[in-house]
Amino acid sequence: MQAASSIGTSLDFFLFVSFALFTIGAIGAMTRKNMIVLLMCIELMLNAVNLMLVTFSTYYGNGDAQIFVFFTMVVAAAEATVGLSIIIMAYRNLKSIDIDMYNQLKN
Amino acid sequence: MSLQIISIILGSLTLASALMVVLSKHPIRSVIYLVVTFFFITSMYIMMNAQFLAIVNMIVYAGAIMVLFLFVLMLLNLNKEMEPMNTKGAQLAAFIAGGSLFLVLITALKDTLILGQTYRQQDNSIGLVKELGNLLFTKYVVAFELTSILFIAAMVGAILLAKREKQIIE
Repeated sequence: MQAASSIGTSLDFFLFVSFALFTIGAIGAMTRKNMIVLLMCIELMLNAVNLMLVTFSTYYGNGDAQIFVFFTMVVAAAEATVGLSIIIMAYRNLKSIDIDMYNQLKN
Repeated sequence: MSLQIISIILGSLTLASALMVVLSKHPIRSVIYLVVTFFFITSMYIMMNAQFLAIVNMIVYAGAIMVLFLFVLMLLNLNKEMEPMNTKGAQLAAFIAGGSLFLVLITALKDTLILGQTYRQQDNSIGLVKELGNLLFTKYVVAFELTSILFIAAMVGAILLAKREKQIIE
């Protein structure tokens, strides 16, 4: 490993962390049935992708990817707001946050 | 070299808290562990000198979105016995699928050119507010303006979804 010659951390470690974070988020989205925990797992996967974008942006010395990360955060904020309000609305009707109960959303 | 040790410690703490998000039974504990995960991710942004994104990540994610999750969880007033769980077979299938996904990703990482590379210190000012603001308000200004429409749509949608039920009751 040639990391000893220069200052800084090797970037493949950050990539490894981002892949592992994405996998953990995907496993959580498949395992859990709580609606809010599912949204949190989606946030985890979004953050993994953000971390990977920042890593590549640092590697190539190009700022465009960091702008994309900024827009991803914006979209994630909007998505969390709408998703949580849908959960609140459905909880009033169904009295449950089980994902299997939510197949009646179109009524 | 000490930086590498610090990054390995931070990375393992990130993965541990992310695992606790998935594994903990109580949703409020999941939210708290998710905030801890976001703090560690912020520290990684700082290590890569992406200062603007570090601040935004801390304020927007750990500050705003997670508080929103926490508010909704407190509002719903969930009991422990209401926590729905999948069957064991479905959990096993999920772990197998996730493990194979991780295997594919690691195999792809093994062949990349980035392996073992470090970032260059001299041209590393791209993550600063000045550079990113310059880029955001020249090249991506249209997308930035469209963002406001997205936010207005999200705001209207959230208010509409949360309010409609009350009118039916009254």
